Amino acid sequence: MDFLDREILLKTQGGLPLVSKPFDEVARTIGCSPEMVRERFQKMLEMGVVRRIAAIPNHYQLGYRLNGMSVWDLPDEMVDELGVRVGSLDFVTHCYRRPRFLPDWPYNLFAMVHARSREELDGQLLKIQEILEGNCRAWDVLFSKRILKKTGLRMAEKRCFD
Amino acid sequence: MVIDEVDRKIISRLQSGIAVEEEPFRSVALELEIDEGELLRRLQGLVDRGVLSRFGPLLNAQALGGGVTLAAMSVPEDRFEEVTEIVNSYPEVGHNYERDHHWNMWFVLLTEDPEQIGRVQRLIEKRTALEVRLFPKEKEYYLNFQLQL
Repeated sequence: MDFLDREILLKTQGGLPLVSKPFDEVARTIGCSPEMVRERFQKMLEMGVVRRIAAIPNHYQLGYRLNGMSVWDLPDEMVDELGVRVGSLDFVTHCYRRPRFLPDWPYNLFAMVHARSREELDGQLLKIQEILEGNCRAWDVLFSKRILKKTGLRMAEKRCFD
Repeated sequence: MVIDEVDRKIISRLQSGIAVEEEPFRSVALELEIDEGELLRRLQGLVDRGVLSRFGPLLNAQALGGGVTLAAMSVPEDRFEEVTEIVNSYPEVGHNYERDHHWNMWFVLLTEDPEQIGRVQRLIEKRTALEVRLFPKEKEYYLNFQLQL
């Protein structure tokens, strides 16, 4: 990441111009060539700094008012294999292995699910249980009650990578 | 819900992203069998109406060299508002949710430097006199932000 990469991300993290040649537009505001902007984006995608350039839906606005953080206690030797399978379910948006806090928090797999109703969400949890079969020793689901703060990942203006 | 079939198709398709090309929306419009101008107008409308939070690059905090972790607190009911105010006052705190559980406050900590995570944790613990548990991700099993519409 150098100064130009940083500049490009700062100018676009709030949104890409929705015009037919968006990278040309970004290049104009920065004062470099469109080829340069596209080359840098391509590189940042390859490096994984940018996951993708995409539509980020607002779940809540789309009717997905319920989100449940489901947590599962799986044997250490099986969590990776099962995690991949749970993570590939289309209603699971994030799926991570995280540390346990014993004795009161035995869960090592977190899977976030989004649904339009409680019934839909219960159905989703059942599907996860089917995948885990007899391997799950304990589980829980933490429903969202209220959004207390909502800020996505933003790069600070003054941030320095050098 | 205020979106029609065409909007639905657009969102479904564009959740997986555009290619880095001179005219990236042209092939998408062709694929969806709509006019490129209409695609762009509708996309702007979806952003303006808040159906999309935005259209742009999705950044990966860890690849950017920063620290990111999930954190949780168990906050007594009668102190909830006070503690929320303290926690939210830190710019390092991103999303923060109240959840239906003994561990009732869950937030994301994002820092420029991975070492700063522990510092913010200790600051919040000191100011609230409550434990802040950190749940850093040890492994990521595919991120699938794609809503089925």
